[in-house]
Amino acid sequence: MSNLHADIKELIYQGNWKNNPALVQLLGLCPLLAVTGTVTNALGLAIATLFVLVGSNVTVSLVRNFVPKDIRIPVFVMIIAAFVTIIQLLINAYAYGLYQSLGIFIPLIVTNCAIIGRAEAYASKNTPILSMIDGIMMGLGFGLVLIVLGAMREILGQGTLFDGAHLLLGDWATNLSITLYQVDNAFLLAILPPGAFIGMGLLIAGKNVIDQQIAAKNKTTNTATRAPRARVTSMD
Amino acid sequence: MIIKSMSRNGAILAIFALATTGAVTLTQIATKDKIKQQEQATLMRSLTEVMPSHAYDNQLTANCIEINDAFLGHSKTTNAYRTQKEDKMTGIILETTAPDGYSGKIEILSAIYVDGTVAGVRVIKHKETPGLGDKVELARSSWILSFNNKKPLSEKDPTWAVKKDGGQFDQFTGATITPRAVVNAVKRASLYVQHNQDSLFVSGGACHE
Repeated sequence: MSNLHADIKELIYQGNWKNNPALVQLLGLCPLLAVTGTVTNALGLAIATLFVLVGSNVTVSLVRNFVPKDIRIPVFVMIIAAFVTIIQLLINAYAYGLYQSLGIFIPLIVTNCAIIGRAEAYASKNTPILSMIDGIMMGLGFGLVLIVLGAMREILGQGTLFDGAHLLLGDWATNLSITLYQVDNAFLLAILPPGAFIGMGLLIAGKNVIDQQIAAKNKTTNTATRAPRARVTSMD
Repeated sequence: MIIKSMSRNGAILAIFALATTGAVTLTQIATKDKIKQQEQATLMRSLTEVMPSHAYDNQLTANCIEINDAFLGHSKTTNAYRTQKEDKMTGIILETTAPDGYSGKIEILSAIYVDGTVAGVRVIKHKETPGLGDKVELARSSWILSFNNKKPLSEKDPTWAVKKDGGQFDQFTGATITPRAVVNAVKRASLYVQHNQDSLFVSGGACHE
C-alpha cells in the first residue's frame, strides 16, 4: 500500500512539475498556443484534453495484455480517436457555445502528442489505476499551463478575466467575467500568436528558475545529494 | 507462421475498429437530438436578435426560402427567413458574405424590411484582428447597431461608406478594411431585397432542411 502511495506521489510530481507535458516535454503546443487567447477557451480545452487522456490511458492499460506489440500504435490511435470524437459530440451537445469558440481544436486533440505519448510510455506498461492517475496528473499539468497562459494573455490583451465563461459553464457564469481595466486599444501582441510564444517562453523560463533555486538550496544544505534537474541551463 | 500472426493481428485490429466505431456511433445517436436542438436554438436566438419583435408575429424559422446569389457573396445555398405580421410580409432575414474582410470572409446576418430599410445586422463569423477589426461584434462595440433603420438608395449611394471614404459610418482606429467590407455587404443585402421584391415576397417556397 505504501508502495502505491509512493507511486501516486511520484505521478503527481511528474505530471504537474518535473515532467509537465507542456513545460518540459513540450507536447501539444499547437492547441496550447492557439486556444489560450482567453481563460475560458483554455479551460475548455484543458477539460476536454483531461477527459481524453484519462479515457485513453485507462483503456490502453486495460487492453495492454491482449494487444500484440506490432499493432499497438494503430490500436492506440483508434482508441484515442474514438474518445476525441465522443468528447467532441458531447461538447457539441451540451456546451454549444464552447464548441463554436474552440472550433477545429477539439478534433485536433487527436494530434496532441501528449496523449499517444502517455499511452505508449506509461499506460501500456502499468495497471489501469496507476494509468488513470497518470492521465489525471498529466492532464492537470497540461491544463494548468493552458489556464495560466490563457489568464496572462487575456489580462494583458483584453483587460478581462473569464470573458465568455457562460459559453462553458452555463448562464450563471456570466457574472464570473471580471473586467480588470478598460482599454480602447488593448495590448494586441498578447492576444496574437507571437504573444502565445512569448508567454510560453516566459513560463518555461520561470519554471527553470524555480528548479534552479531549489537545486541551489539543496546544494547548500547537503552537498552530497544533487537534486535532479530537468532541462535546466546552468547559469554559472 | 507469418500468415498466422498476420491474420491474428488483423482480427485484433478489426475488433478494435468495430468497438471504437460502435462507441462513437452510440454517442452520436445519443447526442443527435440534443445537437439539433442546440443548433436550432442558436439560429432562433440570432434571428430574434436581428429582427425587432414588433415587426413580426410568425414563427421565425417557419417561413424559410433558399437563396443562392453571387451578389450576396454566396457560394452555396443559404436559408433566408421571411417575417410576417397579420399575414403580410414585413421583411426578410438573410445571410451575406463579405468576401473582402481583412483576413478572409466575414459572414453577416442581416434583417431587411420589405422596402429595403435595414432592421438589424450581426456578424456571425469572422477572422478579423482581435482588438481592432473585431469591433464589428456586438460584444465588443455597438458599431453594428449604426445600420439600424438606414436604407441605401442605390449601389453608388455615397452615404453608405465609412467616414474615411466620405460616408456616414465610423471606421475603427487602426482598422478601416473590416468596417468597409461590412458596410458594403449590408448595402448589397438591402439592395438585393429592393431589386427582388417580386420574387422574394411571394408566398410559397420552402427549405430542404
